[in-house]
Amino acid sequence: MGNNNRRQFFQQFTGGSSVAETAAYNIAEDKLFQKYANKEMPHGYAKATATLTPYSGAWTETQAMHLLRRATFGLKAQDIDTIVGMGMNYAVDYLINNSNPNPAPPVNNYYDTQADPTGVQPGQTWVNAPYGDGSVNSLRRASLKAWWLGLMVTEQLSIQEKMNFFWHNHFATQTNVIGDARMCYNYHAMLRANSLGNFKNLVKLVTKDPAMLQYLNGYLNNKNAPDENYGRELQELFTVSKYNSPNYTEEDIKQAARVLTGWKINTSTLTSYFDPSQHDTGNKQFSSFYGNAVINGQSGMAGANETDQLIDMIFSKFETAKYICSKLYRFFVYYNIDATIESTVIEPLANLLISSNFEIKPVISVLLKSAHFYDVNNMGCYVRTPLEYVVGTFRAFNVQMPGNYSVADTYNVWNYLRNYSLNLGLDLGDPPNVAGWPAYYQTPQYYELWINSATLPNRMLFTDMAVNSGLSNGPRMNIKLDVLNFVKQCSNAGDPDVLIDYVCSMLLGVAVSVTERDNLKSILLSAQQNNSYWSDAWNEYTSNPTAAHTGTVETRLRSMFTYLLRLAEHHLC
Amino acid sequence: MKRRNFLKIPALGGLAFMMRGIPIRAYAQSPLLNAVAKQTQANGRVLVLIQLNGGNDGINTIVPLDQYSALSAVRSNVLIDESKVLSLSGVQNTGMHPAMSAIRGMYNDGLVNIVQAVGYQQPNFSHFRSTDIWTTGSDADEYLTTGWMGRYLDTLYPDYPTNYPNADTPDPLAIQIGTGMSNMLQGPSINMGYAIANVNSFYNLVNNSVGATPNTAAGHELTFIRNIAQQSQGYTAVIQQATQSATNLGPYPSGNSLADQLKIVAQLIAGGLQTSIYVVSLTGFDTHANQVEGTGNTSGPHAALLKLVSDAVSAFFTDLKMQGNDQRVTAMTFSEFGRRIKSNNSGGTDHGTAAPLMVFGPNVNPRIIGHNPVISPQTTVEDNIPMQFDYRQVYASVLKDWFGVTPQAVSDILLHDYPTLPIFKGAIATEVQGSAIAVASDEMLSQNYPNPFSRNTTVSFNSKGGTVTLQVFDISGRLVKTVLEENYAPGRHEATIDRSGLAAGNYMYRLTNGSDQSTKKMIVID
Repeated sequence: MGNNNRRQFFQQFTGGSSVAETAAYNIAEDKLFQKYANKEMPHGYAKATATLTPYSGAWTETQAMHLLRRATFGLKAQDIDTIVGMGMNYAVDYLINNSNPNPAPPVNNYYDTQADPTGVQPGQTWVNAPYGDGSVNSLRRASLKAWWLGLMVTEQLSIQEKMNFFWHNHFATQTNVIGDARMCYNYHAMLRANSLGNFKNLVKLVTKDPAMLQYLNGYLNNKNAPDENYGRELQELFTVSKYNSPNYTEEDIKQAARVLTGWKINTSTLTSYFDPSQHDTGNKQFSSFYGNAVINGQSGMAGANETDQLIDMIFSKFETAKYICSKLYRFFVYYNIDATIESTVIEPLANLLISSNFEIKPVISVLLKSAHFYDVNNMGCYVRTPLEYVVGTFRAFNVQMPGNYSVADTYNVWNYLRNYSLNLGLDLGDPPNVAGWPAYYQTPQYYELWINSATLPNRMLFTDMAVNSGLSNGPRMNIKLDVLNFVKQCSNAGDPDVLIDYVCSMLLGVAVSVTERDNLKSILLSAQQNNSYWSDAWNEYTSNPTAAHTGTVETRLRSMFTYLLRLAEHHLC
Repeated sequence: MKRRNFLKIPALGGLAFMMRGIPIRAYAQSPLLNAVAKQTQANGRVLVLIQLNGGNDGINTIVPLDQYSALSAVRSNVLIDESKVLSLSGVQNTGMHPAMSAIRGMYNDGLVNIVQAVGYQQPNFSHFRSTDIWTTGSDADEYLTTGWMGRYLDTLYPDYPTNYPNADTPDPLAIQIGTGMSNMLQGPSINMGYAIANVNSFYNLVNNSVGATPNTAAGHELTFIRNIAQQSQGYTAVIQQATQSATNLGPYPSGNSLADQLKIVAQLIAGGLQTSIYVVSLTGFDTHANQVEGTGNTSGPHAALLKLVSDAVSAFFTDLKMQGNDQRVTAMTFSEFGRRIKSNNSGGTDHGTAAPLMVFGPNVNPRIIGHNPVISPQTTVEDNIPMQFDYRQVYASVLKDWFGVTPQAVSDILLHDYPTLPIFKGAIATEVQGSAIAVASDEMLSQNYPNPFSRNTTVSFNSKGGTVTLQVFDISGRLVKTVLEENYAPGRHEATIDRSGLAAGNYMYRLTNGSDQSTKKMIVID
């Protein structure tokens, strides 16, 4: 009956090397995308006019849901009342301060595939174990990604995972390029620990991190053969950016590379160190963009100090603060930054970042408490990323792992989601290149890049399967969304109008049209015209949940959710 | 489905049909090509399922004229004036609602088959549950998550949706217009249907329109996603192509939502889609109150609904015939249940059980299968029309005789063996219709004793009160004898069946009490 072929079909989402598959999709050849995506930055629509002044309007479910949608990997019904009850200021503070900087590390989930050659036992962490071989590192990298995704699925009220992902996209590295899974984990842990810390400090840590040194060849950069790679990306992608006029020069890149010579990786301790013998001790002359600054060459271990001086110099430029604030804006609000938003939102945030000595928290706090953030015209315009789509679906429906699941079983589910996100265009841990995902920088399409003629049907297939047949990955996984429990969260699920309002508000980022609402109701009522038929069926189910009564309401709910989750509004938040 | 096979199908009756707007000349009736046609006759055939949501009042649709006096006693406030009931050519005691003049015309032209009293054992009176039973094809106490049409399509396209659409199967397997995704089309892992939410969304699709959105950033992104959604569906292009290459030739009534849907179906068929199943629907049949108006009870909401059905189906087949596609198409109504025999005091009828359904097209046997329901003047609110045919007998007939599915596959799809009915020309009823349903325990109705018998035999039965009917049917399903039809107090009773009027052979005897019924076999010998 074709089960084999179906399995093959679904396996294309779950197996295989990610980089090749991601690269295989050429958006330039997607005629549909090219036809409908932005040709220029959108204009002529009603834009948010509110500024960074603190939001003082009503604090209701609408605002609470907007905050949760943007600041976490997906709204959970149980959190809404909590956030409403906290009030805005406390809610934002709570999300920012309730972080999880040091969770238990990823473990050996791959024991069924291969025994760890370094003796790491099933369920034990591999992050401090010896390297082993390439094969086990491939499995460990998959373990890291699954673990990471699991943290997003299970996260409690916090902005941690969102910020962690922000930095992963900003200081992008690829695990497949780095290779050593422990190095990948350490880099991840460093970003995680500093997700809500100090931006300047983070740049210093990233610059000297073994994973980054390897990824951008910093460890090969020496006085005899300077490698400009990191010196360039440090300025173009991580700090001042290429969007300034006038801007840093090619000579500035060369000079920065000279400053950065001498950093090496100790592959046994997985730490970096400074090797003065490889350092260029000459003076480094920068352009007028940097005020013709000179970093005096130093010999011996003092040469390492030049790196901090370089970063201090870069951070003296307003452009550095402005660029990271624009990226935060595009991450949390909307991609379209016009002159008004630049002057009323981005620049004030940049000034705040500078005056806060580059601490991140004050900037996030002001943005997420601002009237601008809660302006109705800024709601519903964010295209959920593939990760937010698959993780958010699990969070929204409060998917729980079966009680008899082993570590491997649980990782298998997370791995499935990770692979599905890959299939939708976002391979966690392996962005396309050091620039991160184009959806965060590619003008003028930005978020629209997530939606194309390949990914959108696959998004719909994900929810179709999750609602109906269940998501399967191997014989022990079949996860079906619990539509009954979801609906029970509604205050009056027996009233079809109340029920539809509830599910729409929970799952859709934009209010549906009257027509779509009627379609949903028609499905729920099996085209009957009297609300009481649903009410009676629901009441029968709740008072006496026999197989018959359960089946009757569940059939209708599954049909309704299938339709609802296919709506364009479901991809927005 | 292979397109080359599709092209080889002779248009039945020698009519040309249109393929993507290009007329395909019917093949000559050569014996060799006939042989090919036999092999592939299922290809190119279309079934249109017309779902009447709410539970259609069968008695007022197909009127049992020989029961009129009893009906007058129990549902006078909704009963159609006898003189207004439309007569059917060659039919004695059965007529049609006066709003259905167009379907009556089709009947007289040989285009309608009527199956009486279709239902299932242990009828359920919930719209939802009974709809699920009909769409999944389950027993009353069985819960299936797949639909009968979904299982059928899964046997043909087991790999769906992997690599669909493709060169061999470029078109949707099934198209549903309206009310979300029917679980009728739910396959083992995925819904096999392509859903068009409503008539407007079809024309939006055809015209590349995605509807209005607010003038905000959210609206901007919504429009973008809707465009990609609409155009990235694998079947959008073929549907657009089909609608561009063919137009409707016949007129359709306006203000008729079923006609609006069937008009689209006819256009898609004419446009060359290979889609073999279409599902359309009309709602409003839940006529609990004031279902009739006017003198002779001939107008009102129920009449209006039947007129919509009648005018729509007639216009559809007129169009199909003008297109040259009518020989390829069969349409069939169904509803989750009929309505109660006894009307209520609100001028309406409550939920019932078995009811007639209609099958349309030039390939059906133009006749009525089964007999008029037997109505007792003592009918109470507890009484319902006994089922004559299990609804899956109709499905089995469609699968076997229209789509050419092998008996074994039909049995797999419907999960049991069901005897077929002579709905289609050339089809032979496979077995007495009662055989599949004669599984009741002795509790309600005992096995007769003696059996076989030559003069008299005795049965015992339980009454729950109210009218009890005991009838004998021959193996073709024809009622041959009504043994008793009277009120019995709750409890155990006995009855004697005498063989007078019964030739030697096999028979079924059936007890009906309210909505319960039980059927058993007996043998008469000389």
